[in-house]
Amino acid sequence: MSASAAIAVQGLTHRYGDHQALRDLEFHVERGEIFGLLGPNGGGKTTLFRVVSTLLPIQEGAVSVLGFDVHRQPAEIRFRIGVTFQSPSLDAKLTIRENLIHQAHLYGLCGKTMRTRIDDRLQRLGLGGRARDRVESLSGGLKRRVEIAKGLLHDPQLLLLDEPSTGLDPGARHDLWQYLQRLRSETGVTVLIATHLMEEAERCDRLAILDSGRLAALGTPNELRESIAGDCITIECRNADELSEMIAERFAVKPKHLGDTLRVERENGHEFLRDVVAAFPDEVTTVSLGKPTLEDVFIDRTGHRFWEADAE
Amino acid sequence: MSTTPTTVEPPPTAASELKPSRAFWLPIWTLTQRELVRFFRQRTRVVGALGQPLIFWILFGAGLHGTFQAPSWATESMSYQEYFFPGVAVMILMFTAIFSTISIIEDRREGFLQGVLVAPISRLSLVLGKLCGGTVLAVFQAVLFIAAARLLFFLGLAPSMQIEFTLVSAMMSFLFVTLLAFTLTALGYMIAWPMDSTQGFHAIMSVFLMPMWLLSGAFFPAAESGWLAWVIRLNPLTYGVAGLRRLMYWDSTTLNSSADSVGGGGLPSLAMCVLVTCVFCAACVGMSVWLTGRRTSKDSR
Repeated sequence: MSASAAIAVQGLTHRYGDHQALRDLEFHVERGEIFGLLGPNGGGKTTLFRVVSTLLPIQEGAVSVLGFDVHRQPAEIRFRIGVTFQSPSLDAKLTIRENLIHQAHLYGLCGKTMRTRIDDRLQRLGLGGRARDRVESLSGGLKRRVEIAKGLLHDPQLLLLDEPSTGLDPGARHDLWQYLQRLRSETGVTVLIATHLMEEAERCDRLAILDSGRLAALGTPNELRESIAGDCITIECRNADELSEMIAERFAVKPKHLGDTLRVERENGHEFLRDVVAAFPDEVTTVSLGKPTLEDVFIDRTGHRFWEADAE
Repeated sequence: MSTTPTTVEPPPTAASELKPSRAFWLPIWTLTQRELVRFFRQRTRVVGALGQPLIFWILFGAGLHGTFQAPSWATESMSYQEYFFPGVAVMILMFTAIFSTISIIEDRREGFLQGVLVAPISRLSLVLGKLCGGTVLAVFQAVLFIAAARLLFFLGLAPSMQIEFTLVSAMMSFLFVTLLAFTLTALGYMIAWPMDSTQGFHAIMSVFLMPMWLLSGAFFPAAESGWLAWVIRLNPLTYGVAGLRRLMYWDSTTLNSSADSVGGGGLPSLAMCVLVTCVFCAACVGMSVWLTGRRTSKDSR
C-alpha cells in the first residue's frame, strides 16, 4: 500500500445488523486518478462511499484518505474532500445561490473569495442564469449540477461522487465527464465515482467491481476486458439445462447459466457459434456473439448478471 | 498500473485559509440564517405556532372564566386568562421549538443533513446553529404574542391584566424567555435527532411534551398535595413557567408573600427557577451534542 495513496482501504468489513454490506475489502486509489466503483445497487458502493466520507463508523479494518485515518482524523479529511451524494443534499426552499452560500460558510469561506468561487462554479456548470431560482423549481438534472457545484466549492483534493449521472440526460452526462477530466488535469484532483452504468465505468482510469460487498475485480477497464479470453457467446434456448449438457458433451466446454440463457467464453467465437447452431438447430432460438464488455467481466467474476444482484 | 495520473500540486484548500474562530461561528450563523429564511418562506408555520396558542388563550380564557379559583399566591381578582398568560407564552416557545426541531427529521430524510455532517464543522457548531435558529423564532413569536395580548385587550377579547412591564422587567423577561426557548429547542433536538419519521415525533409530542406543558403550572395551578403536586414539582418546565410568571410581575404586588413558600402549591423562587432552567438547559444541550457526535448508520441515510 502506498503511503501517498488518495484512498487506502484495508480489510474493511461493514454490517447492518445481520446484513453484511462490505466483506474484507482491500484496494487503494492513487492521487490524480478517476477511480470507479462499479456494481449493482446493494453491492456495497454506497456503504463504502459513506465510510470514506467519514459518515459511517469503521467496524473492522482501516481506511485512510489523503494520508489521514478515517477513524481518528475525520476533521482533517472533511476539509479536503468534496462529496456529492446519491440522494440530494440541497435545501429545496432556498435558491441555488443561497444553497451555495450556506455550503461555502460551512467550509469557512466568506466575502469576496466566496462570491468569486460561487460565480465560477455556477458558470462552469452552466447554472449562471438560474442562480436566483429556488431549488424546488429545478429539474432533476439541474439539481444534480447544483450538487456537483456544491461539492467543488472549496477546491477539494478528493471528489467523491455517488451516482453523479442520476437524472442527467446524455448530453449533460457527457458535459459532466468532460468537466471532471478537465478538472483533474488542471488541479490534479482525485475522483472516486460510484456508478452502476457501464458506459460511465468505461471512462474511469481504474475500476473496482463490487458484488455483495466483495471486491470482484480490480484494474483498468482494458485490463478487465482482456482478462476474458476471446469472445462471449450468448445462447437463448428452449431448455437451458438440456442444451448445456449437450454442449458440454460435444464441445468439452461448460457453459454458464444465466437464467434461461447460456454463456460461453472462448477464442474464435464465430466458429463456435456456427458449430453450435449447426449441431442443435432446434434447441437454439437466438444466439449472439460479442467482444467482452465490463458487464461480461462482471458476469465472469460473479457468476450472475447485474440485475440478478439487484434483486437480491 | 497502466494509468498515468497527472501530478499537479493541488491548490491550497479552505483548510489552510481557515481561522479556527471562523470555522466555529460561521457555520452557526449560516445554519441559524437558513432556519429563519425557511421559516418565513413557509407562512403556514407562523400560523401554526402563533395562531393555535392565541386561540387557546382566548377560548380557554372565556370557557374557564367562571370556574377558576386564583391560587393562594395570587390576588383573588386574578382572572383565568391572566393566570394562563405566561403559560401560553411558554406554549408558544414549546410549539416553535417542536416545529423547528422537527425539521431535523426532514433534513435527514431530504438529505440536507448529510451534506452538513460531512462538512468540516464541529458538532457543537451544528447543534448551536440549529438551536439558535429555533430560539430566535420562538422568542420572536412569544414577543409577538405578548404584544398581541395588548391589542386583544383593546378589542375586548382579553381582560385587563395586572402585568405591567417596566424596562427592567421587560429585559429580564426577554432574557429568561430566550433561555427557556433555547432549552426547549434543545429538548426538541435531542428527541428529534434519533428519529427517522415525523410521525414518531408527533407521538412523543402527544405523550410527553404536551403533558409536560400541561403539568407545569401553565394550564392550572399546582394542587396543595398529592401525586399531581409532586409531578408538577419534579417537572423542570414548572420552573420555566414560574420564572416567567415571577418576572412578569417583577414590580407588582399581584403575587403575595405566600408565593414564596416552595411547598404546598407555592411558586418557586426566581433563583430556583433560573437555576433549574439552566441545569435543564445544560443537560439538553449536552445530550444533543453527544447524540450528534456519534457516527452511526442513521446519519448516512
